[in-house]
Amino acid sequence: MFPARYWREIPQRYRLEANKCKKCGRTYFPPRLVCADCKSRDFEPLKLKDEGKLLTYTVIRVPPSQFIEQSPYAIGIVELDGGTRILTQIADCNLDKLQIGMRLKIEFRKIQQDGEAGILCYGYKCVPV
Amino acid sequence: MRDVAIIGVGMNKWGELWQKPLRDIFVESALLAIEDSGVDHIDSMYVGCMSSGIFVGQEHLGSLLADYLGVNPIPCTRIESACASGGAAVRMGFMDVASGMSDIVLVGGVEKMTDVSGGGATYALSTAADQEYEVYHGVTFPGLYALMARSHMHQYGTSREQLAQVAVKNHENGSKNPLAQYPQKVTVEKVMNSILIADPLRILDCSPITDGAACAILCPAEMAKKLSKKPPVKIIASGHATDTIALHSRKDFTTLNATVKAAEKAYKMANLKPEDINLAEVHDCFTIAEIIVIEDLGFVKKGEGGKATESGMTALDGKIPVNTSGGLKSKGHPVGATGVGQLIEIVHQLRGEAGQRQVKDAKIGLTQNMGGSGGSTVVHIMQAM
Repeated sequence: MFPARYWREIPQRYRLEANKCKKCGRTYFPPRLVCADCKSRDFEPLKLKDEGKLLTYTVIRVPPSQFIEQSPYAIGIVELDGGTRILTQIADCNLDKLQIGMRLKIEFRKIQQDGEAGILCYGYKCVPV
Repeated sequence: MRDVAIIGVGMNKWGELWQKPLRDIFVESALLAIEDSGVDHIDSMYVGCMSSGIFVGQEHLGSLLADYLGVNPIPCTRIESACASGGAAVRMGFMDVASGMSDIVLVGGVEKMTDVSGGGATYALSTAADQEYEVYHGVTFPGLYALMARSHMHQYGTSREQLAQVAVKNHENGSKNPLAQYPQKVTVEKVMNSILIADPLRILDCSPITDGAACAILCPAEMAKKLSKKPPVKIIASGHATDTIALHSRKDFTTLNATVKAAEKAYKMANLKPEDINLAEVHDCFTIAEIIVIEDLGFVKKGEGGKATESGMTALDGKIPVNTSGGLKSKGHPVGATGVGQLIEIVHQLRGEAGQRQVKDAKIGLTQNMGGSGGSTVVHIMQAM
């Protein structure tokens, strides 16, 4: 991964920085320049809540090469309190006990490693509350 | 706008074509389509291809393919819309002819997927999802469709068996298609005991990795009968729509809004309703996709796709046969070619030359070709002339 590509996403991946449309109130993660609903370009910064509930999930058993060491692992779509939805890994969980609606919280984790000599990539994962 | 007809189609058997390069795979099917149509020249070309840059390190297909087909200097453009690239190329050709810019247009699709490892193909396909906010976290395409499957099962009670029945039906149809990559029949039990890829989806819920091409010749409908040796087929509607690239940005994971909107546009343009369609080729990249898509096309009510499949409604002898060719599941899924392959099956059916899989009295057929986790969809409706 080219370092600049990784670096410019750090505000989202490390600090959950989002933005909110000042006109209609919809939040965007990652932040956007144009509101998809009201087309306004007037936004204010917002930090996402770090707890939410699981909307749907799967267990990846045939992973991309940089995730082989973690396999099998759970992936879910999580609705954070406040309504923003993210896709993330669900770590430190029993893969057989995942349930739609369960409460999860965000933790800062290593996500992947770019080969033997590449950069370590960090970001958010969810764990059961 | 001029009416547009399809006057020739061509494709070879799809599969793992180790001995052939991308350019020859394409040219062979283009020559078949030209021969089938009887035309002596073409005015322009549009070729759908998702990711030749990653699969074989080759971009600039417009120049390459026109060159190797021996038709330089006519205009040729590569069209990319992920797995909907083929359908999007058909739409470009349709607009070219309808607008009066060109008379005889070749539309095609090609993908050469087996020159990279399984992991390499997974990576190339994953570029159709959101790199930074989906793929970064380790999700794969089977994973994204598994998230939809879990939602659909939770919300509507769709069963694991009903997912398997999509694969059973499509392989049954594919067994009657000499061009199918995997014509083997499968049973519900075999699907449900195949290895897990992304729960609840198993390997036999997934479409394969395929090399292949497909081409068709379009012309103004008024010229079709004079130019063509075979019964022409009219394209009576073309609908195209987009949705969010990231699955998690959508309000509901059990519906594909780009498919709903593309179908709405196509039905309006053709002045038809879902119940007027005699058969359909839909984008069954995973079994759950066919269940959701037949709902979103309006063939059944939302939530009833699984039950409809179980009841035989979408079987070859059902009320609305779906994927008579075997679908992506059995016929194969060379991503850029898939949308054109769907059109070819409808043309064969409307001409009455589909052999053992012929649908009786087929007059109107629909194709639905989808990219990514549903971020792009192209719908076409065809009618026998």
